[in-house]
Amino acid sequence: MAQPTATITLPDYQQERIGSQIAEGEVIKSARPHALTDVVTNYCPGCTHGIVNRLVAECIDELGIEGRTVGIAPVGCSVMMYDFLNCDMIEAAHGRAPAVATGVKRVHPDNVVFAYQGDGDLASIGTAETVHAATRGEKITVIFINNAIYGMTGGQMAPTSLPNQVTQTSPYGRDVSKVGYPVRIAELLSTLDGVAYVERVTCDSRAHIIQAKKAIKKAFQNQIDGIGYSLVEVVATCPTNWGMTPQNAFQWLRDNMLPYYPLGVYKDVVADGFANAAEAALERAKDCPIAQQKRED
Amino acid sequence: MARIIVDDVHCKGCGLCVSACPKGVLALDDERITPKGYHPAKLVDPDGCIGCSSCFITCPDVAITVVK
Amino acid sequence: MADNTQAAEERVLMKGNEVLAEAAMRAGCRFFFGYPITPQTELAAYMAKRLPKIGGTFLQAESEVAAINMVYGAGAAGARVMTSSSSPGVSLKSEGASYMAGADVPGVIVNVERGGPGLGGIQPSQSDYFQATRALGHGDYFMPVLAPSTVQEMADLIYLAFDLADEYRTPAMILADGMIGQMMEPVTLPPARDPKTLAAKPWATTGHKGERKHNVVNSLYLSPEKLEDTNRERFERYEQIKAKHQRQELMDCDDAEIVVVAFGAASRIARTAVRDARAKGIKCGLLRPITLWPYPTDAIDQVIANGATKFLSVELNMGQMVEDVRLAVNGRASVDFYGRTGGVLPTPEEVLDQIERLAAGQPVARSAGAKDVGSVLPQPIDRKSSYERGE
Repeated sequence: MAQPTATITLPDYQQERIGSQIAEGEVIKSARPHALTDVVTNYCPGCTHGIVNRLVAECIDELGIEGRTVGIAPVGCSVMMYDFLNCDMIEAAHGRAPAVATGVKRVHPDNVVFAYQGDGDLASIGTAETVHAATRGEKITVIFINNAIYGMTGGQMAPTSLPNQVTQTSPYGRDVSKVGYPVRIAELLSTLDGVAYVERVTCDSRAHIIQAKKAIKKAFQNQIDGIGYSLVEVVATCPTNWGMTPQNAFQWLRDNMLPYYPLGVYKDVVADGFANAAEAALERAKDCPIAQQKRED
Repeated sequence: MARIIVDDVHCKGCGLCVSACPKGVLALDDERITPKGYHPAKLVDPDGCIGCSSCFITCPDVAITVVK
Repeated sequence: MADNTQAAEERVLMKGNEVLAEAAMRAGCRFFFGYPITPQTELAAYMAKRLPKIGGTFLQAESEVAAINMVYGAGAAGARVMTSSSSPGVSLKSEGASYMAGADVPGVIVNVERGGPGLGGIQPSQSDYFQATRALGHGDYFMPVLAPSTVQEMADLIYLAFDLADEYRTPAMILADGMIGQMMEPVTLPPARDPKTLAAKPWATTGHKGERKHNVVNSLYLSPEKLEDTNRERFERYEQIKAKHQRQELMDCDDAEIVVVAFGAASRIARTAVRDARAKGIKCGLLRPITLWPYPTDAIDQVIANGATKFLSVELNMGQMVEDVRLAVNGRASVDFYGRTGGVLPTPEEVLDQIERLAAGQPVARSAGAKDVGSVLPQPIDRKSSYERGE
């Protein structure tokens, strides 16, 4: 695995703006990753999308893969992510990012292809594309932002909105007797044979953000190593549509989201002792003769 | 001695860095307004910064550069 | 079949759907994403067999929606890529087609039409003419639509569709029907092209390799002015396509007073009817649009200049292309319609009957069995199955 560069440097666009304020002898400890552009994001103040965007950019920098990375932006608040990253980017239709990523990856298997999707995109309108890309074992990386609400359209109920959570379209609270229950994506996908790695992380604190970055980096590394489909679910906030300060949103996340969406690794075929998802799937089907047949091609 | 430099282009004054700072040496600068209309973060106690980068890690707008 | 990367031109007997697949590969297509549907399944089956042998990818997607978005991704990544379906499945592709148009991503969509609406039937039809020529999905766009009427044209036109798609950075459609798709005819297959020899696509998202600024494939423009600019630029390309790529076949049109307009399977029937009418001394010709978009309006102008005063649009639907004929004719001649729908094919005699009515100055029936000549709605004629008739 590539290590973080020893010397941290500013991206070119900050050389004058920030670099001029650095005195001789001062060493940069932390700076914007080079994979981030200078575009100011459309995210609201305190939105955790920005944190996760940065983690993705840092992983791209540290793995040295910007030149061969193709990212797929979703529909939702992160729709304009194609402006925020310096790697090649494609903007997909709502929910279709895994299908678009599949197309790219099949054409250029050596590219590193990732999809970045919110809960409405990934777990509602794009559920079919998500489940099937996962079960096909597409060697892609998916970053899933679960903030339990539709942000871009103004705070409607999401597939991951919690029971009794008030949103614009569940004004009396999500009534599970009528609209059913939230989808736990990490758990759901972990049952699929094509999946190599699923972890749920969050970003409410320094320690959790560091863990989130480790997970995202692993999800990219898995793709580079050809291990299989990897998804990191990030339990996130939407201060604006939750109607809270960013700080209170973190507290609400800890109080309500994390008990419903427990953090942790839900599947990791490498940790389970397999070389990749295919080997793990073969072992799981060890009593099925046809599944054990050796292929000629 | 460590300190932070805030990029006014990116800072949206959300204050997450202020809450994340273990030393409590950051605040939003009521005296200044960024081009986008926010009060940016600033280091109010230059001697207290330990360069831990907690503010950088938590900042959703990647507006902070930490130097030492 | 010979190795597609090497094969020269060759003459074979093949089924229309398989020819679409073979000719697509020869055009340099190495990626196919689709979903099973009758009556185009032979195309996908042929691709599934051949593509892996020539270093390509055949992938059966979970849905038509996913398939077209895989096409979008592969097209964005710079590959020659296609999908195929039939009418109900093509409806599902309309979202992706719109994004391809909006992001200027080339790719080929095949529609081997069946009857509709809804699940409709599985017999040949041309009832998706509006959908195709008004370009499937939402938004202000068109795409080249090519309508083969022979198995040979299946080969020639899909080859052309890939070239047009790449040259003008647009989705392009082959609008075929179950009849051409299912029939076998002798065909001269075009020579194979190595995908590596195709023109480079510097805009594609291939990874910038540190050699250029990042590429973005996108159809979102929050600034209305910017969006209008991109639409204008796209419509300038459309004007070029209209100027350079109208295609049609004219038969017996030099002195024709009556011009039958028909494409695809309907044109095969109309051709016989026109020949029969000529044999009866009626000055009749056939105008067969090959490009349905751009519509061959120049050819309509030409046959009017040659003296055509009556047009008859013959279609396998309730009257769709006839609207484009009327637009092109623009009041300079009469325009009538005759069609059968739901997978029913008109006989040459039915069409000849209408040509004779026109020649005699009588009104035309719009469809078989109409009670009143000129009636808009067709009346059912006895089409009971042998089972229903108790045979």
